[in-house]
Amino acid sequence: MDFHLIARVFVFFAQAAWVTVEVSFLSVCIGLCLGLIGALCKLSPKLWLKVPARVYVSVFRGTPALIQLFVIYLGGPQIGLQLDPFPAAVIGLGINIGAYMTESIRGAILAVERGQSEAARSLGLSKTQTMVKVVFPQAARLMIGPIGVNIIGLIKGTSLISAIAVVELTYTTQRYIGTTYRPFEMFFLAALFYLFIISLTSFFVRKVDQRYALEI
Amino acid sequence: MELDFSVLLRYYPLLLRGLMWTGILCACTIPLSLVAGVLLAVASISRIRLVRSITEMFLWIFRGTPLLLQLFLIYYGLPYIGIYLSPVVSGVIGLGIHYSVYNADVMRTGIVAIEIGQHEASRSLGLSRIQTLRKIIVPQALRNVAPALTNNLIALMKESSLVSIITVQELTLSTQIAVADTFRPFEFYFAAGVIYYAVNFFLEQSLRRVEMKTALSR
Repeated sequence: MDFHLIARVFVFFAQAAWVTVEVSFLSVCIGLCLGLIGALCKLSPKLWLKVPARVYVSVFRGTPALIQLFVIYLGGPQIGLQLDPFPAAVIGLGINIGAYMTESIRGAILAVERGQSEAARSLGLSKTQTMVKVVFPQAARLMIGPIGVNIIGLIKGTSLISAIAVVELTYTTQRYIGTTYRPFEMFFLAALFYLFIISLTSFFVRKVDQRYALEI
Repeated sequence: MELDFSVLLRYYPLLLRGLMWTGILCACTIPLSLVAGVLLAVASISRIRLVRSITEMFLWIFRGTPLLLQLFLIYYGLPYIGIYLSPVVSGVIGLGIHYSVYNADVMRTGIVAIEIGQHEASRSLGLSRIQTLRKIIVPQALRNVAPALTNNLIALMKESSLVSIITVQELTLSTQIAVADTFRPFEFYFAAGVIYYAVNFFLEQSLRRVEMKTALSR
């Protein structure tokens, strides 16, 4: 293990890790918005909301994320959608994780006891009020864990965007192996950054989960 | 550029061969990840502290780094220490290890959840610790965690697309080759998506059937 080399390239890996963090953060934001919309649509009794949401979840959970990225980034220009690697990556991963978020959020909403919404309705709250004021706040506590699992999966998934030329951690690792011929040092560094980001994220998820967990 | 899906007709043998390799990869990796998963799960609750901490460390590292990085390590890194593996073998090992780690996590929860009475009864009937695990605890645990394992195996099928990056010519790489020939990325990646979706559907249905069977025989 050549620690001088590691020290020399460290700063480049740190920059790449920051790109990984940025992409993860932005995709999670998109994913959470889509997930919330998707879950509400999927739970709606209206067919024109339910069916598209079902198709969305099924398609994006049923195909590999890599293929989705290729369709968006490489296939996009053919249908008039020209995107740079970074936005293509954020949008691709965001839409992908949104499908998983949909299921997590839907699961949490369904897990809230039926009696809660029945009681709220019989007290005269409208359907929207019931969802916003009674059901969702309780569901929010239940969805922290599953959403955390999705986020951690997504952080690992950002390595895929190296395939569409976004200079993030995996891409940088590959490039420095090519120039230094020292694969183990580079892998060591990359693994260090990934483990740091992921451990930190799971620590926060656990803390938030504990903070808001239901006292049953 | 207009979309023209008729080019797919000329390239379907290539895509089919890719699909076959995706199938072979899954057929090799699924059993590997299940067996290695059980072993890792058992090792992670071993009574010997050293075994336990080494396994924990292993699980932590492989759980916390992306599959793609692990594949690079195996395919591009190992040759530097004199281990040359073919792309397919690297792919099977990489996918196998990665998913055995996920399976191990699932199975450990399954094993820990089995009532202690089962263990005690089996031990008092004269079975050794290993026999107890193999014949009493693990089979029950597997049955209980079957749905979670199914999810992992489905994810494995989808993630097998990553081995295209270490030049295994499975469905994704075959698609890439067709794209390089025709400059029609949208049509081909779309088609690949449809094929993956179909395989995914088929795999999910058959795994759920196995799940139902094991659940019913209780």
